[in-house]
Amino acid sequence: MPAVYITGAGMVSALGNSVRDTLLALREQRTGIAPITLFDTKFKHIPAGEVKCSEEELLCRADIHPERDTCTRTALLGLIAAQEAMRMSQSKVDKQRISLVSSTTTGGMSFHEKNAHTIFAGTVEKKYVELLDCADAAQKIARHFGISNNVTTVSTACSSSANAIIVGARMIKTGIADKVLAGGADALTRFALNGFNSLEILSPGGCMPFDARRNGISLGEGAAYLVLESAAVAKPENILCRLSGYANTNEAYHQTASSPGGEGAVHSIRKALETAGLHAADISYINAHGTGTLINDLSEGRAIETVFGATVPPVSSTKGYTGHTLAAAGAAEAIISILAIQHNLLFPNLRFTAQMPELSFTPQTALEENVRINHVLSNSFGFGGSNATLIFSRP
Amino acid sequence: MHAYLTSTGLISPQRTFENDFSCGLETEGAPILPAIEPNYKGLINPVQLRRMSRILKLGLGAAQLCINNAGGQQPDAIIVGTGLACVNDLEIFLKSIIETGEQSLSSIPFINSLHNTVAAQVARTLKIQTYNNTHCHRGASFENALLDALMLLHEKEHQQVLVGGIDEFSTHYYNLLTPKVVTGEGAGFFLLSNAPAGKNSVKISAVRTFYAPEENFIARFLAEQHTPAHHLDAVLLGINGNPGDDAVYCRLMDSFFPPSCQLITYKHLCGEYHTSSAFGLALAAHSIAAGAFPAPAIFKPGKAAKPQKVLLYNHYQNCNHTLILIEKFAAES
Repeated sequence: MPAVYITGAGMVSALGNSVRDTLLALREQRTGIAPITLFDTKFKHIPAGEVKCSEEELLCRADIHPERDTCTRTALLGLIAAQEAMRMSQSKVDKQRISLVSSTTTGGMSFHEKNAHTIFAGTVEKKYVELLDCADAAQKIARHFGISNNVTTVSTACSSSANAIIVGARMIKTGIADKVLAGGADALTRFALNGFNSLEILSPGGCMPFDARRNGISLGEGAAYLVLESAAVAKPENILCRLSGYANTNEAYHQTASSPGGEGAVHSIRKALETAGLHAADISYINAHGTGTLINDLSEGRAIETVFGATVPPVSSTKGYTGHTLAAAGAAEAIISILAIQHNLLFPNLRFTAQMPELSFTPQTALEENVRINHVLSNSFGFGGSNATLIFSRP
Repeated sequence: MHAYLTSTGLISPQRTFENDFSCGLETEGAPILPAIEPNYKGLINPVQLRRMSRILKLGLGAAQLCINNAGGQQPDAIIVGTGLACVNDLEIFLKSIIETGEQSLSSIPFINSLHNTVAAQVARTLKIQTYNNTHCHRGASFENALLDALMLLHEKEHQQVLVGGIDEFSTHYYNLLTPKVVTGEGAGFFLLSNAPAGKNSVKISAVRTFYAPEENFIARFLAEQHTPAHHLDAVLLGINGNPGDDAVYCRLMDSFFPPSCQLITYKHLCGEYHTSSAFGLALAAHSIAAGAFPAPAIFKPGKAAKPQKVLLYNHYQNCNHTLILIEKFAAES
């Protein structure tokens, strides 16, 4: 495939408000998962990865004047991450050749649930109604940067931003854009807490991916955006890495569960390797979807064994740091994958206590430095059987 | 980048599910235009049907109609555009959180509220394990899905892409959002291919979405497609009855589109909703194949005896603008 380069990255999560903060927390093996403090919910005792900033603080960081603009938390998180990504990428590209592919799952829900009484009573001010859907964050980001061509928002549950990156890469590949800002944003909501609780998959003590004692997910919030550029416009000194492979597949098995054998994940991983023209043995590190639920980790673990056989490369899930940031997760983990390549680091899986008896491999449990990382494979799987895999490579 | 249309399946406020595009149903004065639904029994497995939310029935029903109209050809990718997706399920779940104080909630409305539910259900039913995506971007949702489909076909990894635009009526949301217009709903699916289905088929030549574009974006788009405005036989305009929205189209009618060009409107037939362009595209494709637009859709007659080159232009609150160029394709031999 024609080369797609990553020339900018921006991230805000429970680990901090920048890529630099993220790297620091990862190096210190510090989790951002903690009791919920920013809003009222029955689930305060259940830890989550909150961005510990009020909306007023986020408004300041996003450089948005509150009277002039009404921004949901999701849009604010998105604006902060998108600004960091765009600052990093210095190329001068014709405005007609820039696109935006954003993503979200809950959109303006944090606003919606806070104002539910006025909304259901029909007394909400009209200008706020627009904030409730998926497109709000993308529209604000597009306006901020003056992006006007092919602005879209993808929503495929927990694989949303991985799929946004794939759409962005394909815009470059097919020649309709030279520069694409792609990623996703989701604020923590009572809606998501109650939703995952209704499925009985919230971990009471914090997620433990690929652990025999795992008992569910920890939700998180945040935003992550990448700047993708074609070979024609990417400045060599700005290139962080290359998106070498990707796959968007559907398991077509069950609305919320992945198949026990992980057939869908196998399909996605193999397809991504094929697009990249790589063999399984070329992969230096797998940043797994690894949510910490009984079903996902077994299914994904088996899929990894199927594809990689007896020589599984180091595997970790970094959701123990950030929590599961839903739509933002794919792009956040893309950035963590890029950091692994840039800094020759292997990030451990946090809170690992016991080997899963069903699996032959153990997740990475210690930080390793000076490991040559050439190709990182990152999985993102979502409800609706929506599977995505990205492969990042040294440029 | 282009695609050939193999078939359509449209459930709308007109009797389009029977492939009747005469658009003869009286809509004057109705504040809401609900979709006229087919008998789903022949389209959806009855066991599945009982458990489905309405938007799933509309979506799966229209997808199945489209597949049936293609003689059972299966797609190898599924892409859905939806502005508000499963907004009714979303509101049920939110209401239950508020009313019960976050106590013992059923997971069903939560699962049904996910935006990719329709695309996922179509994939599960048709057992399509390849590309699956959902675009949710207000009035540009369907066109963004269509662009995704055109890219897939251009990349040559997929040969048959099923792309749909779907939104269902939500009393609550639409009352808040669009009180000045007749609101509608619908589900339109299109099977697109990288090869023409027959000697005479309809080609989607280009699609583009814009956010707050510069003044001359339509002229620029047409120039890129080597199609000057006077080559257009017909233009479909998303006129919706709201004076503020319609003024944008009126300016173009006066200054940009030549008098020879037939002007078509469709939202008085299907209502306003985020993915109403799917209705517009189906109407355009059907009319190109039939050689004429139905009388109720003609706003101003044009010169061409039979429409061959048609532009669909829609905008959402003068912020998201979309263009689709549709042409009659006739094989040379």
